[in-house]
Amino acid sequence: MSENNYKHWKPEEDQDGIVWLHLDQADTSTNVLSYEVLGEFEQLLEVYTNQPPRGLIILSDKSSGFIAGADVKEFGHFESEDEAKQTIERGHRIMNQLENLRCPTVAVLKGFTLGGGLELALACKYRVADRDYSTKLGLPEVKLGIHPGFGGTVRLIERVGILKAMDMMLTGRNISASAAKRMGLLAYSVPERHLLEAARNTVLKPPKPKPLPWWLKLLNNKQLRPLLAKMFVKQVSKRVSRNHYPAPFALIELWCRHYGNRERMLREEATSVARLITGHTAQNLVRVFLLQEQLKSLGRMNDYAPKHVHVIGGGVMGGDIAIWCALQGFNVTIQDQKHETLAKVLKRAYKLYKRRLKRPLRITEALDRLTPDMAGNGLVKADIVVEAIFEDATVKRELYKTIEPKLKADAIIATNTSSIPLEELCDVLEDQGRLVGLHFFNPVAKMPLVEIVCGKATSDDARNRASAFTKKISRLPLPVISSPGFLVNRVLMPYLMEAVELAREGVPLKIIDDEATAFGMPMGPIELADTVGLDICLKVAENLGQHMGMDVPELLKQKVEQKLLGKKTGQGFYRFEKGKAVKPAPDKHYTPHADIQDRLIMRMLNEITACLRDGVVESEDLADAGVIFGTGFAPFRGGPVHYIHERGAEQLIKLQEKLASRYGDRFKLDEGWNRFISPDQDN
Amino acid sequence: MAETKSKKKTTRRTTTRKQPVYIVDGARTPQLKAQNKPGPFNAAALAVSCTRPLLARQPFEPDELDEVIVGCVMPGPDEANIARILGLRTGVGIHVPAFTVQRNCASGMQALDSAAKDIRLGQADLVLAGGVEAMSHAPVLFNETMVTWLGAWMGAKTFGQRMKVLGQLRPGHFKPIIALLRGLTDPVVGLSMGQTAENLAYRFNISRTEMDAFAVRSHQRLGEAQEAGYLEEIEAMYDTRGNVYLHDDGLRKDSSIEKLAKLRPVFDKPFGKVTAGNSAQITDGAAMLILASEKAVEKHDLKVMGVMKDSNWAGLEPAQMGLGPVHATTPMLKRNRLGLDDIDYWEINEAFAGQVLACLKAWEDPDYCKQELKLRSAFGSIDQQRLNVDGGGVSLGHPVGASGARIVLHLLHVLERNKAKRGVATLCIGGGQGGAVLVERMEG
Repeated sequence: MSENNYKHWKPEEDQDGIVWLHLDQADTSTNVLSYEVLGEFEQLLEVYTNQPPRGLIILSDKSSGFIAGADVKEFGHFESEDEAKQTIERGHRIMNQLENLRCPTVAVLKGFTLGGGLELALACKYRVADRDYSTKLGLPEVKLGIHPGFGGTVRLIERVGILKAMDMMLTGRNISASAAKRMGLLAYSVPERHLLEAARNTVLKPPKPKPLPWWLKLLNNKQLRPLLAKMFVKQVSKRVSRNHYPAPFALIELWCRHYGNRERMLREEATSVARLITGHTAQNLVRVFLLQEQLKSLGRMNDYAPKHVHVIGGGVMGGDIAIWCALQGFNVTIQDQKHETLAKVLKRAYKLYKRRLKRPLRITEALDRLTPDMAGNGLVKADIVVEAIFEDATVKRELYKTIEPKLKADAIIATNTSSIPLEELCDVLEDQGRLVGLHFFNPVAKMPLVEIVCGKATSDDARNRASAFTKKISRLPLPVISSPGFLVNRVLMPYLMEAVELAREGVPLKIIDDEATAFGMPMGPIELADTVGLDICLKVAENLGQHMGMDVPELLKQKVEQKLLGKKTGQGFYRFEKGKAVKPAPDKHYTPHADIQDRLIMRMLNEITACLRDGVVESEDLADAGVIFGTGFAPFRGGPVHYIHERGAEQLIKLQEKLASRYGDRFKLDEGWNRFISPDQDN
Repeated sequence: MAETKSKKKTTRRTTTRKQPVYIVDGARTPQLKAQNKPGPFNAAALAVSCTRPLLARQPFEPDELDEVIVGCVMPGPDEANIARILGLRTGVGIHVPAFTVQRNCASGMQALDSAAKDIRLGQADLVLAGGVEAMSHAPVLFNETMVTWLGAWMGAKTFGQRMKVLGQLRPGHFKPIIALLRGLTDPVVGLSMGQTAENLAYRFNISRTEMDAFAVRSHQRLGEAQEAGYLEEIEAMYDTRGNVYLHDDGLRKDSSIEKLAKLRPVFDKPFGKVTAGNSAQITDGAAMLILASEKAVEKHDLKVMGVMKDSNWAGLEPAQMGLGPVHATTPMLKRNRLGLDDIDYWEINEAFAGQVLACLKAWEDPDYCKQELKLRSAFGSIDQQRLNVDGGGVSLGHPVGASGARIVLHLLHVLERNKAKRGVATLCIGGGQGGAVLVERMEG
């Protein structure tokens, strides 16, 4: 055996002359195709091109998976489109060289195989995968504002046909090994115990490649492509707009215009990705991705291993938190005073687990982790007690007093309160440091953010544990101070209230919502308010109003008095049919005032500025992360603070002052705006 | 150091005398009457559902148990060794062994007895034991002609062969075997369980009205117990459709002798006396208990419900199986130098109203006691105010594998409530056996 000259790769030749090429990227737990990793790979391929081995098997030594994609951090460093293009073309060269090796090549897939990782696997002649559900294959580039750029567009379409390929690339969703096998992406999908044998066998007895069925080939025909492309565009347009998210449209066009000519399509793929990657959208989406990583890193605490979560209160939030924690592998007891409430929790749990887990044995396993516990037996053994009873400080205090003596010494109490400052709750506790806020958003299964609320008495340990726990249940922890509304609700409410005010002025509801979605919000504010529930909006708004002097519109109060609460009652601002808002088309002759979008967005921007001034979160980045993951704020804009920087604070201040003169005090410029104009302010 | 000393002492004691067996806690599901279709829970789900809250309230961790023993007559096709399924699904963990026992209607009691024996011998300190039955899930099987035909079908390779085999298929092939009915029929003498009860009614001259009156009283007592909240061993059960089950649903509050008199005999038509109204109901349910050694009680500071003093099994004529309690209990009381009067409370499982009444009459009958029990005279009478005080199988059902555990658990609650000392739980067993357990409540 010769000594290994490579930092990240480890080639081993077996007695059959097969080279097993292990990727074990140095100094990280996950393999990515960094500049260095690709560089070494190129050197290795040079060797194999000159002296082809019996076969080449590429596999990962990481437990996390094969390769998680390109190194996203490198995306931000491109100075120009040309530089980006050069880097991408280098990737193309390497993949082509791999594809052209004169020996059988096999990628062994296990765990995450994403983006560039899957593209590398596609450049191999064969792929074999561990059929365990932890194996996930996908091309999520579109979520970063680009599309596959290492030849993946060409090779995936060739391999599985245009329909499946476009579905994977346009949605960016992951597929399981069994799904990949069905679509012809894999030579074998086997249990882990046979994985290496399958790879070896593939080299020694290479299976005949299966051609695509004739009708799938036909769809790539030059005459049919434009028709099909139109259909794809139509589908994508339903979800995103071309101005905000150009990548999926670029991908469709790439296929439509260049498919027949392989070399040209590969070349154009590189050009297209280089253009996208240096654009605003991709740069901002990469920023969002990195913000997400930053939040995840806040939850890093290796020696904390909670097992048992006890949730008190089986309402919508408490129930959903319990359901989610059990899904994520925790033992959960859920306590409520009513059997019927607990029964409803179990019903919701079954619904979610059935959708998520599919296989009956796994559903049962998850349900077995969720124990209805009217007697509160779970308190004694719990590592974390999540309190999600109704918003009443007196009742909460009484509860804390009774439960604390039963708790384990190091158990933390996490309250899901959205409005009561922790300082008003903690003084009944012997150990005040153990109380922390875990503010989840509704619906828990869809909203990735959890605000970690720290009162003055909250101990560092409780905060760290709460963050670590949040990460363990696959949510993103955002530390905030215990001030009214914390971050997300505080920023969201003025925006929603402005929308209600616009509605009162008689602006057609659809126009209000359309202005917001045109800015890039995932859902208009009126529809959002209806979805959240107008009673809940009113409660939060009144609470905030009390603390910060925000006016609560009469119209909202009226709606709640009339019991028109939104989606849950079938009628709020909108009427709901089968869970969908019916939006009447506005009068054709109605011309909306030009400042509607400004009014909505500026209230939000002014509030985020106030939050920064109050120190609700530690940094501008965290503020952006919170608002994006907590409200869905237009991700391609990179966050509200980032947007302020991009648009220019001076300009926005002028706009705000204009609005203040027109509409009064609610547009009063916050003092915090200073931080954006005085140069000595840091992040 | 003190610890090592006591450890030594225990080891020595193991070899010298039997360890006492304590029952420290228990829980059961509400018993759900079969509604002509599989009920909302299969056997494993029933057992899991009462075991989870039971384990949750223990001061020890589930993996500190030494074994899991479950009695079950007819587990579903996916429930082989259901005890192991229970252990794995309730977090008892992979390292704790588990086995399933089958002694027909006494399977749950057999589980307790097996647990007690391991503890007495010093081989276990903490055992989860009990019984479960989902009678509504009993399988329906292909008959043998159909199975033979299926074999031929699998073997047929060519089209011609297949057509030939297909031509042999007859309507009779589709006649199913209903496993539940077969299970309730004696496989040796061929009598249904109801017919063995008819035998007893005939032998002891028990009238239809006596049986119906007993049945009505069973319902009344269960009704009163439910209202008074005496069935505190029940843990709520939740399905995945948003329903919660809190009570034994076989209770008929409006039951009366007049109404029951209208029912026709089920087993011996047209002259029989045993009806659906005075027999145990076909029901789904589970009951699980925790048994502990003295060492475990001390180690975890467990609150003790009672001591399992003794147990006994007996065999008798299958056609008279309903008298099993008499044969199992008598020798057990004799060897503990106790008479019927020394027992404060009784649980005699109500397989059939007539069968329980026959047991009482057998003990009062000098001839029976002399000939069958080898006693010098009648053994005595049981005060019915102390028998099945909160109802029994006729009103709350008899999920065969579970009942043996359920009556022991409930007996302990009855003793506690009445601050009484001694109790016997006993039942008759299809195939001609009886089983009995003697328990004593711990004072203070």
